[in-house]
Amino acid sequence: MTTVIEINNLTKDYDVGFWRKRKVRALDDLSLTVNRAEIFGFLGANGAGKTTTLKLLMRLIFPSAGTARILGRDIADISMHNRIGYLPENPYFYDYLTAREFLEFCSELFGQGPIERSKRAADLLSRVSLDERWWDIQVRKFSKGMLQRLGLAQALINDPEIVFLDEPMSGLDPVGRREVRDLIAGLRQEGKTIFMCSHILSDIEVLCDQVAILKRGRLAHVGNLDELRRQAGDRNRVEIVATGSNADTLRFHLPESDYYQLTSTASGLRIEVPDEKDIDEVIRALRRTGGQLVSVQPVRQSLEELFLCDRDPVIGP
Amino acid sequence: MATTQATKIRKSFAATERGTVWRIIAIARNAFREAIRDRVLYNLVLFVLLLTGAAIFIGQLSAGQEKKIIVDLGLSAMLLFGVFIAIFVGVGLVFKEIERRTIYTIFAKPVSRGEFIVGKYIGLCLTLLVNVMVMGTGVSLALIYVNRGWHPLAISIWPAILLIYLELMVLTGVALLFSSFSSPALSALLTFFIFIIGHFSADLKGLATSMGSPGARWLFGGLYYLLPNLANLSYITPAAHGRLPNVPHLAAAVLYSLIYILVILSVTTLIFGRRNFK
Repeated sequence: MTTVIEINNLTKDYDVGFWRKRKVRALDDLSLTVNRAEIFGFLGANGAGKTTTLKLLMRLIFPSAGTARILGRDIADISMHNRIGYLPENPYFYDYLTAREFLEFCSELFGQGPIERSKRAADLLSRVSLDERWWDIQVRKFSKGMLQRLGLAQALINDPEIVFLDEPMSGLDPVGRREVRDLIAGLRQEGKTIFMCSHILSDIEVLCDQVAILKRGRLAHVGNLDELRRQAGDRNRVEIVATGSNADTLRFHLPESDYYQLTSTASGLRIEVPDEKDIDEVIRALRRTGGQLVSVQPVRQSLEELFLCDRDPVIGP
Repeated sequence: MATTQATKIRKSFAATERGTVWRIIAIARNAFREAIRDRVLYNLVLFVLLLTGAAIFIGQLSAGQEKKIIVDLGLSAMLLFGVFIAIFVGVGLVFKEIERRTIYTIFAKPVSRGEFIVGKYIGLCLTLLVNVMVMGTGVSLALIYVNRGWHPLAISIWPAILLIYLELMVLTGVALLFSSFSSPALSALLTFFIFIIGHFSADLKGLATSMGSPGARWLFGGLYYLLPNLANLSYITPAAHGRLPNVPHLAAAVLYSLIYILVILSVTTLIFGRRNFK
């Protein structure tokens, strides 16, 4: 696998205060790599350092320490920007331009000719599902969701190899989110690498091959979701749903009943078994109480649980 | 597929090396379009009204002096309107981009900070050029109207108009420099001070030579060379009297302005190139 993004000990300090300046560390010694054609999810609470990382990679701010290389070139090398695309968080564009004009302007910055510019702009506006009636209307009249779509289109104007997306689902309705999710998945199919920050964990969970979690500017976890679950001590939890029995009766027949989590729901009794080796014990107890088994399924620790778990930062592999 | 990708990459990098001019033109065109759509050129309407009023009324009030007054009023208004655009649009050129974060999408593209500054500068200079050309034509037409026919002043004012334009170009550079590190209000104020002091350059030099203290001599001498000498670019009164600047004066003024602009844009790029966009 080819590494396309390589971040080594990247650190960013900001000076705060007017008279007595002191340093606040926004990003602390971040090191990670991203491979070609994978979707890399970058997670963290507000102020964790996600946007700072993206701004450093885009050279909008300069690192206090550390280096980063994209496609084998140092981030200070502007020519590398020919091969990447970037969607900033809450994008705002020249509001006196129409969507088509804005994309043509972006295309011009890559040295594309007038015919190519016009064709590329129309293709991308269709691809991000922006209604054609809005193509020639000034951006100042756009809703947040429409701006987000235009932002995605401009990030793809140069057919980049790597696309950096900062909160790509922000401001989109459920249909829009689904469309953008499909678009991102489609980009991976084309062999592009996606580096995306998002607060919407379900999207990260569905889309991403690799995930990194930042906490207070430090890398807390990195790896694929299975590795992360292992790091977080996820066991093979199983959920059993049964009818014809109740929680109190079943608890009486189960050894160490506090070990199991029993919840009465509309669809029946839900029993969470911490380890799959204990399934037989539960089923035997159910039979003894006259209950009927409805379903048995594994429970995976969600990314949200991992994201919220309060633990000291640990540097991943 | 690998070959296609390699060709694409080679093409994109070649585009970067020769693309500096394209990118500057693209940014300049966009800055010009912004000025047009933000109705900056609406000031022309006011100018035309002012000039029409002057042509109709002042000529009747000042026997024999009407052409001089038209030139005086027209060129002074041209300078004043231009200074307002150079200062107020100039200080917002960069600040607005940072404030609205439009700069994020621009610098994610293969655009250097220097290209951005030069492009923005050229865009505003283009706007000022259109402004000055239309106003200059207006003054020439007003002269022809007042004279009830052709008059040599309609042509002889154009070297003075060129000098006004050079002055506006220098001021735009100064406004851009200040806006690369300070707020728009402070930038506008500082640029306005430079505009005023720049017209008294000769006095600064006089002060530098007449001061007894070496420190004061050094200070005023330094200011004389540091601040733009706008007095050299002011030729409105002689133009109103039908005088033409001599060629060496004109050539020196053009050369001085271009060098000053080059230096000021380099310093702006240097400062802007180190800025963090938080």
